[in-house]
Amino acid sequence: MLKIAVIGGRETVMGFKALGLETCPAADAQEAREALRRLTRESDEYAIIYIEEALAQQLAAEIGKFKDSPTPAIILIPGREGSIGLGQTALKEAVERAVGTNTLGD
Amino acid sequence: MAGTAITPTRMVLNQLKGRLKTARRGHKLLKDKRDELMRQFMDVVKLNKQLRTRVEEGLTQAFASQQVASSIMSPEMLEQALLYPRQSVELGMTFKNIMSVNVPRYSFQTKNNDPSEIYPYGFAQTSGELDDALDKLARVFEDMLELAQVEKTMQLLAEEIEKTRRRVNALEYVMIPELEGNIKYISMKLEENENATKVRLLKVKEMVLQDAHQFKQ
Repeated sequence: MLKIAVIGGRETVMGFKALGLETCPAADAQEAREALRRLTRESDEYAIIYIEEALAQQLAAEIGKFKDSPTPAIILIPGREGSIGLGQTALKEAVERAVGTNTLGD
Repeated sequence: MAGTAITPTRMVLNQLKGRLKTARRGHKLLKDKRDELMRQFMDVVKLNKQLRTRVEEGLTQAFASQQVASSIMSPEMLEQALLYPRQSVELGMTFKNIMSVNVPRYSFQTKNNDPSEIYPYGFAQTSGELDDALDKLARVFEDMLELAQVEKTMQLLAEEIEKTRRRVNALEYVMIPELEGNIKYISMKLEENENATKVRLLKVKEMVLQDAHQFKQ
């Protein structure tokens, strides 16, 4: 069976732990990077990895690597401080890639 | 372009004509594929946008509730309460084929199906706000799962569209004009050869006639 992991600040991931997801508390980008590497090394095991936006900001290169492979899906989620709008970037990037320009108008 | 390394013979001409036909058909097919992919992609993008907003709103609310809970309870207590999950999620994944792109479909099963079973703690030492926070989180989680599926689908479709678009353009602006140019070059060359042969024959006929009859035109 596959698993779902959440990488984020200690307080952010706490609630997900209660839901039964794997959690990787990470205080800074460095820790998040290590957690992401560890999770993706066992790529077959984790199908979805949720990452807090604020941390994902500094891991763009690592996250970009998995864009074209069917697993794992790396999804950004807002942190405790609320959304910083980074989650929309995946959307914008995909549209730009497919259409050539951003047709969403924002 | 024309005149590079092609030999102007009838055999090559036939070959080129065959290739041009294939290229045209391929171009049409790929263009149809691109259009269909694009249509699907736009649907997915729309869905993604909706889900993204819903998830972000839901999570913000859940975090707010959690914030309230953590201000009522001590951090140690909070951590202790959530430390050992009673719930566990098992994720199943199958692949769905959209226009030869394999996109993941997730299905998940929770070990405890009773919604009241998500709280991994006794109610004596925790506040009601924590229940509220977990409840909200559990509800937004379903959307999060769908978001993961939709977002991955979107990324994979985008990649495929990009590839297909490049192929269509390569065929339309490089392959087909080049083939057409080569075909034109060969047919012109062949015509020229034919003319040359005709003229040579006329000339030879004249010479032969002159030889036979000392006939002057």
